[in-house]
Amino acid sequence: MKYLDEYRNPGIARRIVDEIHQVTTKPWVIMEICGGQTHSIIKNGIDQILPKKIELVHGPGCPVCVTPLEKIDRALEIAAQEDIIFTSFGDMLRVPGSQKDLFMVKSEGADVRIVYSPLDAVKIARENPDKKIIFFAVGFETTAPINAMAAFQAKREGLKNFSLLVSHVLVPPAMKALLSSPQNRVQGYLAAGHVCTIMGIEEYKPIAKEFDVPIVVTGFEPLDILEGILQVVKQLENGKAEVLNPYSRVARNEGNKAAQELLKKVFKISDRKWRGIGEIPMSGFELIDDYAEYDAEKIFGMGNIEVDEPQECISGLILQGIKKPNECAAFGKSCTPQSPLGATMVSSEGACSAYYSYAKR
Amino acid sequence: MCLAIPGKVIETFEENGLKMGKLDYAGTTNTACLAYVPEIKVGQYAVVHAGFAISVIDEQEAQKTYALWDEMVETAAREGLDIFGVPHNESHDDKNQTAKK
Ligand code: SF4
Repeated sequence: MKYLDEYRNPGIARRIVDEIHQVTTKPWVIMEICGGQTHSIIKNGIDQILPKKIELVHGPGCPVCVTPLEKIDRALEIAAQEDIIFTSFGDMLRVPGSQKDLFMVKSEGADVRIVYSPLDAVKIARENPDKKIIFFAVGFETTAPINAMAAFQAKREGLKNFSLLVSHVLVPPAMKALLSSPQNRVQGYLAAGHVCTIMGIEEYKPIAKEFDVPIVVTGFEPLDILEGILQVVKQLENGKAEVLNPYSRVARNEGNKAAQELLKKVFKISDRKWRGIGEIPMSGFELIDDYAEYDAEKIFGMGNIEVDEPQECISGLILQGIKKPNECAAFGKSCTPQSPLGATMVSSEGACSAYYSYAKR
Repeated sequence: MCLAIPGKVIETFEENGLKMGKLDYAGTTNTACLAYVPEIKVGQYAVVHAGFAISVIDEQEAQKTYALWDEMVETAAREGLDIFGVPHNESHDDKNQTAKK
C-alpha cells in the first residue's frame, strides 16, 4: 500500500455512497470541522452525491481564516520594521488585514519569507544573527507541536533573535461553542483527523455525551470522508452519539504522546479570539512564562488595535455552519480569491474559496 | 492547513540534535523531522505535516479498514447488485422512484 490512491478508489466510494443512501431516512446536518476536509468534499463533489436529506455544513477548521484581523495587522506592523525577517507559512501572506496583506508589505520592501517548516525559520535565525526573525505561529493542534518545536529548539540553541507571533487555536472548545449557540444546526461532527492524530480522542467523549452528537474521526481522502459520513449517519439514525475512529491507521486513540509532552513544555491554554466568531474561552495556546523571551507580542508589544470586518461579509456565519458561501451577496461578485473581502475566501481551505474554485455555485 | 501527506522513510539521520529522515513521497524525496515518531524505521510510512512526521501509519489498521470495504463491494457483487447496490436490471436513478411507478 502507498496509502494514497487506495483511498480514492471509485468502486469502493460508490459502494459507501450507496450504503449512505440506504441508511438515510431522515434529514441530518453534519459538519466537517476541518478546512482540508471542506476542500476535499467540494473538490471531489462529495456533497453532490449524498442523499438530498444530508446537508454538509463547513466548520471553522481553517486556522488561516480564523486568525483575528488585529493579529494580522500586528504581523504587518512588525514585518515592516527594520532589521526584521518575518517568516510564515505561505497561506498567511494573502490574508487581508484591515489595510494590507503580507504580500503588499513585502512588495514595499519588507523581508517577508515563506517557510515550509518552522525549523526553516530557526535556521534563518541561526544564519542571520544581526536580524530579528519572527515566525507567524498559526494553526490547530496539528501544527502546534511543530511550532512548539521551533521555540524549543531556539531556546536549546540559545538563539536570542528568534520569536513567535502566536495565534494558535484549539478545536474541541470551538466545537462546544458551536453546539452551545442557540442558532446551532449541527447534529453530527466529522472530527479533524490530524488534530486527533496529535491529541487523541478523549476530549471528544464528554462533548458527544453532553450534546448528544456523534463524532467520527475522519481523514482527508474521499473514502475516508465517505466512511466518516456513513458512520455519523448510522449513529444519527440509531439514536447513538459515540466517538468512533475509522481513521485508526493514522490517528491513535491516545494521540501522539511525544508531541503532547512537548506541547506542555512550551504552551499553555488561554482564551482566544476567532475571526468571524469572537472570543471563545480556553480555546487557544500561548507560550508559557519560561518562553516569554520568544513571544513576539511581549517583545514588540501588542497595540490595542480594534478593527471592524467588511459589512457585507458573512464569513462568521459560514464558519459556524449557519450559512453557506452562496448565500453571501458578495460571493463571486465583489469577493473573489483574487480580491477577497473575508478570510474564508483567502485560504484554499476556506469554504468560500473552495466553492469558488470547484463549483462556482 | 492541517494537511499531511504519506511518505516512506528511506533514510534516518540526526541534525541539530533532532532525529530527521529522508522520505519518499510517490517519487519526490524531501527531509522531515522525525522527533515525534522516535520509533519509526526505514521502510515504514509516516504522515508528514509542515516538515514533521506526526504519525507512523499502522499497516494492520489500514488493512483492517480496507478488508471491510473490499467485503462490502464483494457482497454487493455476489448478491447481483451493481456497484450502487441496485439490482442489475434497474438503474440507480430509478431506485428511489421505483415504488411510485
Ligand atoms: S464570499 Fe467573501 S464576503 Fe462573502 S462571506 Fe465569503 S469571504 Fe465574506
